[in-house]
Amino acid sequence: MPNMNPRKTPMPSQDPKVRAHNFLEVSQGYTEEMAQEEAARCLNCKHRPCVSGCPVHIQIPDFIQQVVKGDYSAAYDIIADASNLPAVCGRVCPQENQCEKVCVRGIKGEPVGIGRLERFVADWHNNQPKQQVKLPAPNGHKVAVIGSGPSGLTCAGDLAKKGYEVTVFEALHLAGGVLVYGIPEFRLPKDIVQKEVDNLTAMGVKIETNMVIGKVLSIDELMGEYGFEAVFIGSGAGLPRFIGIPGENLCGVYSANEFLTRTNLMKAYKHNALTPIMHAKKVAVVGGGNVAMDAARSALRIGAEKVFIMYRRSEEELPARREEVHHAKEEGVEFMMLTNPVEILGNEEDFVKAVRCERMELGEPDASGRRRPVRVPDSVFTLEVDCVIMAIGTSPNPLIKSTTEGLETQKWGGIIVDETTATTREGVFAGGDAVTGAATVILAMGEGKEAARSIDKYITEKNT
Amino acid sequence: MYKIVEKRPLSRNITLMQIEAPLVAKKAEPGQFVILRATRDGERIPLTISGTDTQRGTVCIIFQIVGATTRQLNTLEEGDSLADFAGPLGKPTELDGLKKVCVVGGGVGCAIAMPIAQKLHKMGCEVHSIVGFRNRDFVILEEEFTACSDKYILMTDDGSYGEKGVVTAPLKALIEAGEQYDMVIAIGPLIMMKFVVETTRPFGIPTTVSMNPIMIDGTGMCGGCRLTVGGETKFACVDGPDFDGFKVDFDEAMKRTAMYRKFERHAYEAACNLLNKEVQ
Repeated sequence: MPNMNPRKTPMPSQDPKVRAHNFLEVSQGYTEEMAQEEAARCLNCKHRPCVSGCPVHIQIPDFIQQVVKGDYSAAYDIIADASNLPAVCGRVCPQENQCEKVCVRGIKGEPVGIGRLERFVADWHNNQPKQQVKLPAPNGHKVAVIGSGPSGLTCAGDLAKKGYEVTVFEALHLAGGVLVYGIPEFRLPKDIVQKEVDNLTAMGVKIETNMVIGKVLSIDELMGEYGFEAVFIGSGAGLPRFIGIPGENLCGVYSANEFLTRTNLMKAYKHNALTPIMHAKKVAVVGGGNVAMDAARSALRIGAEKVFIMYRRSEEELPARREEVHHAKEEGVEFMMLTNPVEILGNEEDFVKAVRCERMELGEPDASGRRRPVRVPDSVFTLEVDCVIMAIGTSPNPLIKSTTEGLETQKWGGIIVDETTATTREGVFAGGDAVTGAATVILAMGEGKEAARSIDKYITEKNT
Repeated sequence: MYKIVEKRPLSRNITLMQIEAPLVAKKAEPGQFVILRATRDGERIPLTISGTDTQRGTVCIIFQIVGATTRQLNTLEEGDSLADFAGPLGKPTELDGLKKVCVVGGGVGCAIAMPIAQKLHKMGCEVHSIVGFRNRDFVILEEEFTACSDKYILMTDDGSYGEKGVVTAPLKALIEAGEQYDMVIAIGPLIMMKFVVETTRPFGIPTTVSMNPIMIDGTGMCGGCRLTVGGETKFACVDGPDFDGFKVDFDEAMKRTAMYRKFERHAYEAACNLLNKEVQ
């Protein structure tokens, strides 16, 4: 008998007042009982809309039925068939726009907590004693993956499962890409990312850190003297954007990338860290996506007394995951909607002292279908802050493009690919934010999967 | 891991290390830099490459002990390894077609100026080198500079060695005496580069400066190293580190470099205290 409670089984989380001052994980995950209770809400319906709502097509009802039976190992195997990073996706996927959006239970109440169940199963698996991984027979072909973010790790994992010898090249000193430098510890603990990376290395994937491809080695060299038959580029969208308003180079203005990299990758929040970060009292974060929420909530935890999110549209248009907005509000982040900064003001030493903003209102829909923000005349006001964090998006890094002949990109830098993820250069495939511009972890994973299929096909056809 | 195959002091507070990093050694050009971490929990810092030995597969770095991280780096010895060493990053200094150049180095900046002077010399370019140091105890790379310079002028602030004064004095004198430089390349403290640029500007001699702002990743990802150059924001790590000196906003760069000074002093003192405790 399904559990007909219209609401999701709540997930325990740290008290907002407490967690706003620590970097421990906010959501604490289901217990076995809670998972059972929530799994019983799934109707196991015939037409399974959730599966098509998932960018990597996890057989969601099947894994949930295994949870109902209490066979978590079988549940994990079903998820792992489609996803290489289940513990990550259970935490950071925007489920409300994907699987849970189309869940039948969502029509008359809340959808099944698919993300929460995925997380439960993945965490359960990670807490089991390590089992000997069955290594596939090597097929004798070498593939290089550039970037160890979600798309690169997924592509590498899928190819390794097929017997390819895969080497992942990472520019930073640690594998994980945005999962380690961008998404904060309190939302995605770094030891969970490390476990996912360890799972890959156990399958034989080699990870080479400190390798800035395009500088230390070119794609030509990888495919020439290093003997890689195909290359996957998953180098992400690393270049931070600024608005171009006066005062953006004042001390105390950060790109979200810099602020989050200092905090997450370099652990600047820890007392004994060697990497400095500003301990600001009043922080304005510009932008309304997940990155803006991450930056705002990190700033609180580092000790800010007030944190404002400035977004030029209204709350309805906020692109962030709903849960992140909810959590940020609970923790005391103030939302200044329909607000656009026009200038950052500095003191005599060039440290930020205030931000001048203007009010916006929503006009006609623009090309993206969202209502365009328009300035309200004579609405300029000044807000005192000592730190401004720009979280208005990122562009793909031109480093690889500029050193790879025949690799074409869009004007804004995105690598051009066909529907199989093949680029304009033979044997070179690409996916994730390097192709789409800043998007989500799960979309990047979906493209990494597609690329692995295409690379397998390309190499198989070439060798027959 | 990146093994330290050689370590020696060049002066009281400047150390030279040869690091085993064959792939970096193979690609590096004068003007490019690396990002390194001395230890697994360390800070990422940029250091400009002072030379390479492709046969040994080593990269030479020369650093001044100024803060907690360089102090930590200096506690490592020959045979130890650095946790991380990524490069070569940034664009190489553009030297094509130069026939006569004045290379100006200040303090530890001479470690970056030296390989540029060497390359120019190898290209058959006439090289005049002007180097400046605080005093006799801080002088480095004298032999290397004399070997590759057609003219070599050494200045110290207190006159304890070479001539007394700042580097811009002989630079101005040489230009006024009629030396026709295709380019002046200045590498050193921001304040020195600013005054070199002020010296060459009236004569319209193209002047390249090498910027060394605060960085984390070195690949264009964080934007912490941004500078205003000709009214536009540039990232030193990918657009530089070399820029047209006439266009650089040095005052802004100096303020940005001082952003964490309080923190750095604190971290340095903490590192010193820790080290003293260990010694005791």
